[in-house]
Amino acid sequence: MKVVVIDYGMGNLHSVSKALETAGAEVLVSNRSGDLEMAEGIVLPGVGSFVQGMKHLVGLDLIDKLYQEVIIKKKPFLGICLGMQLAAKTGEEGGSVNGLGWIDAKVIRFDFQSNEYKVPHMGWDDVKFVGVSPLFAGLDSPATLYFVHSYHFVPADRKIVTGVCDYGDEFVVSVSKDNIHLFQFHPEKSQAKGLKILANFIDMYRNKE
Amino acid sequence: MLKNRIIPILLLKNGRCVKGRQFGNYRDTGAPVTAAKIYDAQRVDELMFLDILASVERRSVLLDIVTETAKECFMPLTVGGGVKTIEDMKILLAAGADKVSINTAAVEDPDFIKEAATYFGSANIVVSIDYKQNNDGSRQVYTHGGTKATGKDPLVWAGEVASLGAGEIVLTSIDREGMMLGYDLEFIKIITSALMIPVIAHGGAGTLADLKQGIVEGGASGVATASIFHFTDQSPIKARWFLKDNGVNVRL
Repeated sequence: MKVVVIDYGMGNLHSVSKALETAGAEVLVSNRSGDLEMAEGIVLPGVGSFVQGMKHLVGLDLIDKLYQEVIIKKKPFLGICLGMQLAAKTGEEGGSVNGLGWIDAKVIRFDFQSNEYKVPHMGWDDVKFVGVSPLFAGLDSPATLYFVHSYHFVPADRKIVTGVCDYGDEFVVSVSKDNIHLFQFHPEKSQAKGLKILANFIDMYRNKE
Repeated sequence: MLKNRIIPILLLKNGRCVKGRQFGNYRDTGAPVTAAKIYDAQRVDELMFLDILASVERRSVLLDIVTETAKECFMPLTVGGGVKTIEDMKILLAAGADKVSINTAAVEDPDFIKEAATYFGSANIVVSIDYKQNNDGSRQVYTHGGTKATGKDPLVWAGEVASLGAGEIVLTSIDREGMMLGYDLEFIKIITSALMIPVIAHGGAGTLADLKQGIVEGGASGVATASIFHFTDQSPIKARWFLKDNGVNVRL
């Protein structure tokens, strides 16, 4: 599967690309609209701020192109961390900011009264799978995966949730809706389990070819 | 439940791993990418590269090490050493760092923390705080690889750093670094009780029991160590099981 990892200046492209290659994909790091047209799958990685992320996507003139490829043509899409959050309708960072709006969801900050739960939620935590997602085939639930984030994704429709984690309260870490798959954790940093999840993503669509 | 992390630190000097005592007397401990691969094979929770001589000219050496490591090691990497600008951070993050650590630049211009947190989000910004104990028992922040006293109180500075948007603090006792006589638990406890952000304890661990105390008594979210894994027969695997057997919540 030919995958384009979107280069929008929001960090860690190298790790994601290498992990996808290791998992069996043919990877191109790009922000050119021609490359997105040719892609069989699109990955939006990213660390950093929601506002900056949207700004960069707008600046690169990628919003309509992504909509075309992911929503209209229904190409397999994987959003990781900030890439997950940007798929939401709104982000609550420095006021309310519009995201790509593909999923009816908002992105809110962890808000704890005591410092028993530190923010950011940083490190390895247990992900409990919800339902049976082919993305988690071959993994036991809970699976310990790597996180680094202060905001989290709250979808309106709980039926799309495929994974949750308990940090103070339960929060959503993985959703799948049609061709759109979103992870709050970093598969590209979660060693063997993460690579397995990426390989599952590739297999899921390779089988349909 | 969020796991407590065990974080090996690789100190780099001229592209080689070194280990010293109290920020001096460095000796060569090997090739960094090889060391990183071994730690990856041992499934460490995270790895930290700190370039102690990093400067603009030497940046490319550090960058090559990060790039090479990220090609094969799919684990969290924190990288620091001479990071002064948003551009420096961008390059390191693009090369495969997950978090970038700043130290001297943060003290010289605290607004840099805020600028970095606004741009990258707090979660990717680590501030390293190096401190020594004064003769009167109080503690003071040092910069420039432990050579320059700042007059800052590390507790006050840690609070400032957190409110400016740092996502994590690596707290290093210079006096204890490399001495392997245990962490500065009393002070780690004060810092972790005061802050809402995760704190990584560093400087002084000599035994696996020290790692446990850093977490249990110090309240640290993670424990960083270089000496234990370099100079004793303890490995991250043994460390994990020791902590697990002693009731600490770690990833197996």
